[in-house]
Amino acid sequence: MISLAAIGLASVILIGCGSGGNENGSGGPGGPELKILKITVGSEPEDVDPHVVTGVPEHHIIASLTEGLVAEDPVDLHPVPGVAEKWDISEDGKVYTFHFRENAKWSNGDTVTANDFAMSYKRILTPALASKYAYMLFVMEGAEDYSSGKLTDFSKVGVKALDERTLQITLNAPTPYFLSLLNHYTWFPVHIATVEKHDGMTKRGSGWTKPENFVGNGAFTLKSWELDRKLVVVKSKTYWDAATTKLDEIHFYPIQLETTQENTFRAGQIHNIYNLHNDKIETYKANYVDELRIKPHLASYFYRFNVTRKPCDDVRVRKALAMAIDRESLVKNVTKGEQMPADFFTPPGVAGYTARARIGGNVEEARRLLAEAGYPDGKGFPSLDLLYNTTEGHRIIAEAIQQMWKKNLNINVTLQNQEWKVYLDRQREMDYQVSRAGWTGDYPDPNTFLDMWTSWSQQNQTGWSKPEYDALIRKAAVTKDPAARLEVFQQAEEILMDELPIIPIYIYTRVYALHPAVKNWHANVLDHHPWKHVDLDLSKLKE
Amino acid sequence: MFVFILRRILETIPVLLCVAAMTFFMCRLAPGGPFDDDKQVTAEVREQLNKQFNLDKPLYVQFYQYLVNLPKLQSFKYPNRTVGDIIKQKFPVSFKLGFFAITIALGIGVLFGVIASLKPNSFIDYIPSSLAMIGICLPTFVMGPILMYIFALKLKLLPATGWGGFDGDAIFHTDMILPSLTLGLFYAAYISRLTRGGMLDILTQDYIRTAKAKGASGLRVIVKHAMRGGLLPVISFMGPAVAGLIAGSFVIETIFNIPGLGKDFVQSAFNRDYTLVLGVVMFYATLIVLLNLVVDILQVTLNPKLKFNS
Repeated sequence: MISLAAIGLASVILIGCGSGGNENGSGGPGGPELKILKITVGSEPEDVDPHVVTGVPEHHIIASLTEGLVAEDPVDLHPVPGVAEKWDISEDGKVYTFHFRENAKWSNGDTVTANDFAMSYKRILTPALASKYAYMLFVMEGAEDYSSGKLTDFSKVGVKALDERTLQITLNAPTPYFLSLLNHYTWFPVHIATVEKHDGMTKRGSGWTKPENFVGNGAFTLKSWELDRKLVVVKSKTYWDAATTKLDEIHFYPIQLETTQENTFRAGQIHNIYNLHNDKIETYKANYVDELRIKPHLASYFYRFNVTRKPCDDVRVRKALAMAIDRESLVKNVTKGEQMPADFFTPPGVAGYTARARIGGNVEEARRLLAEAGYPDGKGFPSLDLLYNTTEGHRIIAEAIQQMWKKNLNINVTLQNQEWKVYLDRQREMDYQVSRAGWTGDYPDPNTFLDMWTSWSQQNQTGWSKPEYDALIRKAAVTKDPAARLEVFQQAEEILMDELPIIPIYIYTRVYALHPAVKNWHANVLDHHPWKHVDLDLSKLKE
Repeated sequence: MFVFILRRILETIPVLLCVAAMTFFMCRLAPGGPFDDDKQVTAEVREQLNKQFNLDKPLYVQFYQYLVNLPKLQSFKYPNRTVGDIIKQKFPVSFKLGFFAITIALGIGVLFGVIASLKPNSFIDYIPSSLAMIGICLPTFVMGPILMYIFALKLKLLPATGWGGFDGDAIFHTDMILPSLTLGLFYAAYISRLTRGGMLDILTQDYIRTAKAKGASGLRVIVKHAMRGGLLPVISFMGPAVAGLIAGSFVIETIFNIPGLGKDFVQSAFNRDYTLVLGVVMFYATLIVLLNLVVDILQVTLNPKLKFNS
């Protein structure tokens, strides 16, 4: 009887190997216990090449492996010395000179030089690499022209290695957020010799990022990387500030499904839940107060209008739709994650900027505007499709807004959910009427939220543009006085809230859970956690 | 028999070519591409990306390149891995999960089916049959979390997720029990119903009565005479089922966070990872074709009414 024999065999295996695998890494018999942080950052990283990737999980991992000119303070992220131990800024705010520390080393023992940085910037700007994120460097003189191929002589680009340990960067305009920008991975260096050895400088996905080849200059170095299982980084011995590094290893697990993250966390296998599902927030508020974290995030949730199509080409219609949404109720009853209802676009408190512009108005005014546009009480209103990518969270928001528009304006909206790539394609081709969107700031400055609505931005995708708006964003870029510069952004946001090519809905929060044993983990709007400061209290882990 | 196998293998070549062509061209017809994400890029960057990944060549040239080079091609989503790397890393995991699940499915399924068929419409029949019905009605995405809740979160007997030790790469680890059981029970339900049906057909046949009349013991009649014919439906079912099981289960792998091939089967299509989609589809298609061949050979061996030349 084959089947019974098979059961017997299976149970022998079950009993025989039931205790395989050592879950808590220890430093061998008798050795000190290792501090191993086990966390999930959502999805699998596509790569760990800072010049190729664009995602958030990649950020978390690369931030452990590589260090830029400056680093971040763990509490409020203000720039602190990184590879550069100090820097000078010219009188006009356009020239930065970075002085490298002597003991900044790559993980293979090489010294980190100014030329490494210059060559890295050349690499990311080289058109053949086709870095999607190269535009992050466009504040540097000549960078945009070099990247588009207009300029072929790299010596004309505003980055120079004056000597082994001095790097000079010249900007197009004084850029108050420049030092913060340097903490974006696009500004991180790569080990040139290693990159060149594996298929050269402009090949994407060459083998240089495989664990056996990788060379980095961060607090940790890449030990292993198994697709969809885990990526392990270990404390780097060559890192200049290795004395500060608390953890021995960080294990990054790709766990996409929120419920699986939660189950794995509750079973004690990982130390965080990257995203806590809406439905669980109440339970965690009641039972897991120490673990639950709800923190403001530098990101805006909004809907795009296609202003080239009826009926959203009429600003009165756009205003009516924007005013007829009850954001308070949406946040309280639907999203439930303590998001901030927003009738403005830029998250408040970014680099001293809190928008004063508001959509304003109320349901009565919305009805009046709709009547003025020729649709009294919604009569004769053309069909309106609301596009969103297929996700439970977006669906429930879209349904709530659909109901609010029906109740307040008496108009019918059809919901269209599309798979992610189709949704992106339709948005890019302007094949939509209203479309759900979100935007996460790349750096803490209002510019990252407001320059996307210029006529030249790839992210605009609404068909809307206004010369006055473009002029203000250009002006902000060259305004040196910080207060005057913020005032220019205020004026730009006022135009945006008056013309409404978008409907702002809420400011995101990050809702997650963290094991109480994880120390020195400070919430901040960018959700950056400089890994060398993070610590693990092993005694609390055992409780 | 040798001619039969050779002919069948030759027949599979056009089938696989058809599958490859359909997969390749359907993927290309779908809107969106591998380089689309939240942050839109300029036309120049898009052009350079297409150039670097050979998307600027005519489609038929690309199709030819894909056919001859498939395992060595870069994945679009995970550019520092090739299609071959990914399948090589993940298939062993899916295979092992599938193997455990099949073992459980056959063990429980055949046992329940045979028992149920012995005294039809009695309690011995009703109990296993209703258990099988419940098994069929409870999809894996319900059964999985239920088992996880009971054994991992409440009783804390087994790990909730992972494969081969959350950190290790053990040959066997307790975290393999729940996913194998979830997947196995689902198939066990089908197999038990198929076995019961097949056995009921056979047990009323003349040759069974002859065997009994000759004085063969009950057990001998069932195992030696009845099961040989009674399991034929199960064997037909197992061909494609085994291929599906060892090629990975998207649902189980997602719920239990298992690094198997099933996730890529679904995700690569969502990611428009053209090379990986073709890779996993071709891999799966080859498995199905091969296992169907095995099933045909088994059928002829077990059923004296069939011949290889038929």
